[in-house]
Amino acid sequence: MEYLKKYPKLFQWLFLLVVFLALCFAIEVPETYKFIRGQAEFIKDPNQSVYFFLGKEVRYYAFDVFWRLPPLLGWLPIWINDSLFFLMNEWMPMEFWNEDTQEFKTRPLLLQISRNLTSFMTFLIELIREILLGGLETIVAFTSWDFIDAYPWLELPGLPWTIVAAGAAILSYKLSGKGLALFAGLTMIYISIFGQWKPSMQTLSFILVAAPLSFVFGLGLGIAAYKSKRVEKALYPILLVMQTMPQYAVLVPALVLFGVGDHAAVIITMVVAVPPMILLTILGLRAIPPEVIEAGRMSGCTNWQLMLKVLIPTARRDILIGVNQVIMVCFSMAVISAFIGAKGLGFNLLLALNQLNIGLALEAGLCISLIAILLDKMSLAWANKQTDYFGNLTFFQRNKNTIFFAGSVVIGIILAYIGTFIFKESFNYLFEVPHNKGISTADFWNKGVDWIFDTFFVYIKAFNTWLIVDVLQPMRALYLRMPAVATLVLAVGAGYIIGGIRSALVVSALTLFIALSPWWDRALVTLYMATFGVVISCLIGFSVGTLCFQNKKSAAFMLGVCDIFQTFPSFVYLIPVMMLFGITDTSVLIAVIVYATIPATRYTIEGLRSVPVGLHEAATMSGVNKFQRLTKIEFPLAFPHMMLGLNQTIVFALFMVIIGAFIGTEDLGQYILKALSDKNGAGIGLTLGICVAFIGLIFDNLIRTWVNQRKKHLGIA
Amino acid sequence: MSETVIKCESVYKIFGENAKKMLEEANGNVDAKTFQEKGCIVGVNNASFEVVKGEMLVVMGLSGSGKSTLLRCISRLTDATGGKIFIEGQDLLELNNKELIELRRNKMGMVFQSFALLPHKTVVENIAFPLQIKGTNTEESINRAMEMVKLVGLDGRENYFPRELSGGQQQRVGIARSLAVEPDIWFLDEPFSALDPLIRKEMQDEFLRLQEKLQKTIMFITHDFDEALKLADRIAIMKDGIIEQLDTPANIVLNPATEYVRKFTEEVPREKVLIIEDVMDAPSKDNLGDLKVLKDDIIENVAEKILTQENIVGVVDKNNNIVGSIKPSKIIDTVFGGRKNDS
Ligand SMILES: Nc1ncnc2c1ncn2[C@@H]1O[C@H](COP(=O)(O)OP(=O)(O)OP(=O)(O)O)[C@@H](O)[C@H]1O
Ligand SMILES: [Mg+2]
Repeated sequence: MEYLKKYPKLFQWLFLLVVFLALCFAIEVPETYKFIRGQAEFIKDPNQSVYFFLGKEVRYYAFDVFWRLPPLLGWLPIWINDSLFFLMNEWMPMEFWNEDTQEFKTRPLLLQISRNLTSFMTFLIELIREILLGGLETIVAFTSWDFIDAYPWLELPGLPWTIVAAGAAILSYKLSGKGLALFAGLTMIYISIFGQWKPSMQTLSFILVAAPLSFVFGLGLGIAAYKSKRVEKALYPILLVMQTMPQYAVLVPALVLFGVGDHAAVIITMVVAVPPMILLTILGLRAIPPEVIEAGRMSGCTNWQLMLKVLIPTARRDILIGVNQVIMVCFSMAVISAFIGAKGLGFNLLLALNQLNIGLALEAGLCISLIAILLDKMSLAWANKQTDYFGNLTFFQRNKNTIFFAGSVVIGIILAYIGTFIFKESFNYLFEVPHNKGISTADFWNKGVDWIFDTFFVYIKAFNTWLIVDVLQPMRALYLRMPAVATLVLAVGAGYIIGGIRSALVVSALTLFIALSPWWDRALVTLYMATFGVVISCLIGFSVGTLCFQNKKSAAFMLGVCDIFQTFPSFVYLIPVMMLFGITDTSVLIAVIVYATIPATRYTIEGLRSVPVGLHEAATMSGVNKFQRLTKIEFPLAFPHMMLGLNQTIVFALFMVIIGAFIGTEDLGQYILKALSDKNGAGIGLTLGICVAFIGLIFDNLIRTWVNQRKKHLGIA
Repeated sequence: MSETVIKCESVYKIFGENAKKMLEEANGNVDAKTFQEKGCIVGVNNASFEVVKGEMLVVMGLSGSGKSTLLRCISRLTDATGGKIFIEGQDLLELNNKELIELRRNKMGMVFQSFALLPHKTVVENIAFPLQIKGTNTEESINRAMEMVKLVGLDGRENYFPRELSGGQQQRVGIARSLAVEPDIWFLDEPFSALDPLIRKEMQDEFLRLQEKLQKTIMFITHDFDEALKLADRIAIMKDGIIEQLDTPANIVLNPATEYVRKFTEEVPREKVLIIEDVMDAPSKDNLGDLKVLKDDIIENVAEKILTQENIVGVVDKNNNIVGSIKPSKIIDTVFGGRKNDS
């Protein structure tokens, strides 16, 4: 009785667990139940039940409702699909002027908007691409094909790689200093001599359009939400879902709306990259002390000045994290959007992975990671730049960067010109090293992979078999063995215990959506993989983080490592695991673990760091040893922050599980991937994406509610 | 009388929804308690006063008594819920955005309780900020800012960021920033409370010297009565948003208007507040000693001299006309006995 009073929550949890287990045992697996694999869901089978809703036919295998709920939302994907089709092709036809044919043409409004947006994006991308690589579409856009035929010399020649490399180095030097300049220079040289120049510049032009646009939109919307409660309320639910929506899933509707190509990729990248930017902008602006704003007002700022010179710079820290996120997402998407026809490194990477040419994939992956790190560091340095008002600089000192750049342009052109004489017969390597004509280490890596395989095959295989047979399969079977009702009870109960009625309602609504979709089984598989990944990641992340925290230097080092790893596009993680474990679930799970360990580690260190120093000293004074201090003071205080890390870990794990579909998994991701190549996949892809997002949101809601309560309890809210 | 610079006519500031409606319904009879029950917090309650050119009005009161809020209303950082405020005869609440910005750029300066420096700017950039907002070119504004850096004794630290400064140093940056545009009206919200006693005294002296020279109109918030006595022309004492009394330091100590003010000033050493004129008697027929004191002298400064006299001391005005007399025993009374007599 006394315990009951002391730990009421503990008993609630125990009770919930008992009810859950009782339900699991009480409800038998129906004899006809089996996990539907691959194409089986499209087979028409007389055993299936059928219902019609809104004129859509839904077929499914009916079970006892306690075991599996009927897919009452089965019509939703079809309906979304039809609606999209209707909106694009029939809704609001209007007269639009057509430049090419010089006449009015009737087109549905949305189609026209999509076409205009598309051509605008294409123009931007082509502009940058042709400055870097040469071409004539930009000139044509301003004039006409006839014009370019008459004046063929107008075609942009593209910049020799030497100039781009020098430019990157000089800009890095101006922004940060020697270190970054060296890194920039080496990166560019590496890219060039390894023959990745063209795809790299294609990717770069994509990023240079997508990242600034996402930044501007995110910042703008963030400011709008900061200024108006109504805008915030309207944006918030969308932002939440988008935060946990896997990137694959948004590709599918984009395909329908914007077609195939770089432009669609840019638009869809913005859709993914803008939400975190908005959230961080709001967060940063909210945290500004009101007196700083008042000081700005008293200095006589107009509203614009206040925004540009006071609010945004003061919120800089969070906005910068936003920029970092934007860059991260852009590079991730640069790879993933190769699925919808974006050119560049991502495309090469996918192709190489598809052919199981690990060496080639590794080279492309390394390039894209290097560029990502470079851009990330450059944007950071740019934001932290300071002006020196007091140096008495000469004209040369003030303009040396410009002068050096001008010099390098001249030298670059001369070199390229000389190159035309040296390399008469073959390619002009001083202008551009063609794709696959540079040095390639692919063979070396492939040999290495072969060697590893030959040498360690026995061990790897043994490990693989053990993991799959003894751990993963049973775990998966357990998850699938859960009756729907038991899962629902568990979710609702957890919601109620943690956050009361409100949380219980939110969680049950989210769970119900998934349970009523046609993919409950798949969601369970996704969940099982994510759980496995999250548990291991947390174990690794929390212990590595705690160990590194013991020493200031190692903590800073570890955070730096996390920073760099986080900048790698998510797809890149698949390369080394495929190298070692081939095409198995193990590969996916190891990628998940590596990827999800990053936030777990980072938040552990940051959480422990956020414990006030005064408390350490007080604890040490009262004769507490290191271990006691860790368990009694630091962990409890750092726990809320670490739990937010858990939140991120879950989201990261879910993303990677879905991306893992590329290797071949049997979860929601597999269907999302399939929807990509399906003419009518938009609705399915979107609904699947929402299902994954909801899994993330369930945990997000529970963890956040709990953290807020903890914080209040500890008095650090 | 010199011209009025700041004028408040029954200014109210009430926080909360429906504040305006509730104020109208209250008919000028605002009671903090009943408002609080309805979810509104009374910040300033019926404040009416004037500040003339070159005067320094010190506002005092306990934490949460509405001092900062009053200042915010007068600088229109928040809009007063009711009442009228005039700055140099202009109705502040009628100003449009542009006029308000002009007013702030050229006329007003403010020092904030929590410094409110821009974290991304260095010391000199922070100080130059109001100038740059006004459109002064970079070189000129930096030069002017460097003058201000020297004035507040932060030379050598001009390239530091606020986070690299101590609280007192940050506040000096705040003071320098508010002075950079040479405002006529100067609002200071507890500007010296973060400084250590030594620097505080230095800053106060510096402040008085500046004021002697610049003759700004100042509203100054402090918790420190000594500071108030040293600086103030008049003192306003606030409680729960109401100005309980607004008067010269001497009058506040000698004739507290309410019980609250009396308690508030109980511990104040009289000899620091009162001047000879406040306690002198009529010119005496008896033989005066050689010592003469000015009627405006603060008692503390001349007490020792008077106490060494055996005769009655004569009191003169600036033109050396005898206007009164004072006995040494009166001084003793004032310094040691005054408190008992009052209560
Ligand atoms: N923005 C606001 N919203 C609601 N209430 C406020 C707001 N600002 C101030 N108040 C309330 O108004 C009252 C007066 O606050 P104010 O800041 O003016 O006090 P103060 O006299 O300056 O105190 P201190 O000496 O601590 O600075 C307080 O009760 C405070 O809670
Ligand atoms: Mg205050």
